[in-house]
Amino acid sequence: MSSIVKHHVAHHFYDGHQESSSAKLGMWLFLVTEVLLFSGLFVAYTITKTLNPEMWAEASKTLDVTLGTVNTLVLITSSFTVALAVRAAQTNKNGEKNKQIVGLLVFTILCAAAFMVVKYFEYSHKIEVGTVPGSAYSYTGLEGANPHLFYGIYFMMTGLHGIHVLLGMGVLTWITIRAAKGHFYEDYYTPVELGGLYWHLVDLIWIYLFPLLYLV
Amino acid sequence: MATTETLDHAQEVSYLGAKKGIMSWLVTIDHKRIGVMYLASVLATFALGGILALLVRAELWAPNLVAGDELFSADIYNRLFTLHGLVMVFLFIIPSVPAAFGNFVLPLMIGAKDVAFPRLNLASYYVYVIGTVMALYATIAGGVDTGWTFYTPYSASVSGPVVMMVMAAFVLGFSSIFTGLNFIVTIHKMRAPGMTWQRLPLFLWAIYATSIIQVMATPVLGITLCLLAMERAMGIGIFDPALGGDPVLFQHFFWFYSHPAVYIMILPGMGIMSELVTVHARKTIFGYRAIALSSIAIAVISFLVWGHHMFVSGQSVYAGMIFSFLTFLVAIPSAIKVLNWVATLYGGSIQLNAPMLWAMSFLILFTIGGLTGIFLGTLATDVHLHDTYFVVAHFHYVMVGGTVVAFFGALHHWWPKMFGRMYNEFWANVSAVLFFIGFNVTFFPQFIMGSQGMPRRYYNYLEEFEIFHKISTSGTWLIGLSFIIMVVYLVRSLTSGEKASANPWGAKSLEWATQSPPIEHNFHEIPTVTEGPYDFPKAGGK
Repeated sequence: MSSIVKHHVAHHFYDGHQESSSAKLGMWLFLVTEVLLFSGLFVAYTITKTLNPEMWAEASKTLDVTLGTVNTLVLITSSFTVALAVRAAQTNKNGEKNKQIVGLLVFTILCAAAFMVVKYFEYSHKIEVGTVPGSAYSYTGLEGANPHLFYGIYFMMTGLHGIHVLLGMGVLTWITIRAAKGHFYEDYYTPVELGGLYWHLVDLIWIYLFPLLYLV
Repeated sequence: MATTETLDHAQEVSYLGAKKGIMSWLVTIDHKRIGVMYLASVLATFALGGILALLVRAELWAPNLVAGDELFSADIYNRLFTLHGLVMVFLFIIPSVPAAFGNFVLPLMIGAKDVAFPRLNLASYYVYVIGTVMALYATIAGGVDTGWTFYTPYSASVSGPVVMMVMAAFVLGFSSIFTGLNFIVTIHKMRAPGMTWQRLPLFLWAIYATSIIQVMATPVLGITLCLLAMERAMGIGIFDPALGGDPVLFQHFFWFYSHPAVYIMILPGMGIMSELVTVHARKTIFGYRAIALSSIAIAVISFLVWGHHMFVSGQSVYAGMIFSFLTFLVAIPSAIKVLNWVATLYGGSIQLNAPMLWAMSFLILFTIGGLTGIFLGTLATDVHLHDTYFVVAHFHYVMVGGTVVAFFGALHHWWPKMFGRMYNEFWANVSAVLFFIGFNVTFFPQFIMGSQGMPRRYYNYLEEFEIFHKISTSGTWLIGLSFIIMVVYLVRSLTSGEKASANPWGAKSLEWATQSPPIEHNFHEIPTVTEGPYDFPKAGGK
């Protein structure tokens, strides 16, 4: 496990630098599309909240702030460990840090899993009491008009984010397997870096979702 | 001319013959082959959309005065025009120029071996195929009659496979994003030594601006369509006033993508124009920098004008005024381009060949389309003209008279490079002229009847409009005929056309510096660029 496998530059690039800087630019553009994908939901959030301010205030109180806070801390921690994994890959000379990279990535994936478990409990509680989107809404504890709208937005936003967490777990698992084989070292660590960038974005979106849905 | 390998040596194996068999095409990551597959696909969808247009116009040949007179029922008619719009917009125009010609010539033009992400490129093609299959399935499963705009609340309540059609557009959006992302990175990172931004062919400046819009606008359409699907599936109510939502929000979301998408359609056409007018007039482009930067200006302004689709949708008067003003701003970069193309032609040795005829059609038709856009961008006149045939004529002059004309100009310009064969010049000219006449016969009467109050999308009409509809429908047959001629001479070109030289037009950009058709890796050695793409001799002529 403590050796490295040399990376070969793809045939249409001059050198490794051109390859990695292309990949990085592509990743940043992809992150732009992700931000814009969520931006539609943020606009929908703002408009619906403005149209129904009292219902919104009442309905948002039904969310469990403790669980939300726990999840926020879990994700911030995972962002930190993925950053450490990138650093370890950058300074990995002959495979001596392969184990460290794998360990940090596995910890990150476990954090992501913990996040999803908490989300599962939150979702199943909502489904149980009937605070769900649209016509399936059956909860009677809220007095404002159309409280189902809040849960429509809540499930759309956290659902889309949850899908991104699951995709992130898949991507990080793939990177972990490659790291275990010694694919990443000081001259080639692009996938770890790009996977890390993606994971930071997933984290960042949650950092906006948490106050907007749970606290405001 | 840039220094590249000498072209004297015998023809080498081209990208077409480098590998054999159907699988070598289906799993190829060569940008040229992917470009050719895209070209075949968009030509097929164009044929489908065209047939639907012929059917729509055929129904409108006469007003249905007596029951039983009609060619189709009103329901079928609504599905036909919806499908015509969806096929032409999502399956044809948006991928047409970037994905077919952009893929083929972009790496050649910058002296690269391929795009930055060849596998992503192939993925974008298959995502396009999946989206197309989904759209066709939705059509067979009953069709959709919402119009291509999917306006709520109708689209949220009507029965039919709306969700499948919406998801098809969602999937096609991914294909568009992949292509745009790939091109931006390729232009930034893959240029050959000496290929500075100031030496970038203007087609690529236009493709670059297009890609920025594709990457930044398409995700918003994606989430909008998701919300619409959820609206139908679960009744989440975001677009439904009865449930506390707002139907106009859908229009804002939709046009925040779909207005920039109009520039996804026209900017590549403008880029093609810049190539055609210089190469086929053998004259250096007039105002290179102005044309290049006006592409970027159009991309930026395109994000700020979506509200002009909603002047009568109940948005505030002040919003309407601001959107109207911003809409007028688009006229500036557009006019910069048109005037620079005309100035380029002035004093050039103009070859009246097929690409140039298509380019001249563009100049005339796009100018009419652009100027009638000013009528619609003005608040007071828009109230009168909104949702009439005037709008239909306007956007067909821009989208067909602009983009589609440029697309066929590009097809004739790059055909010898792509397939290494020339086509019959006489019949190509006949086809181009016939199209120009047929197009005007079809759409000019629509301006007149629109200004007199003929509403768009109507299945039936008053007798007063019959003469205009008859002229319009006859024009579509001329257009159809021009394309039948084109299919015949292009197929003949493929089977028995004269072999094309490496540079039949005497052009200066890099794609003409390799053989026709190009070798698999484009160039033997990465070329070093020392001159601009349009450095023709000053006096004109060879």
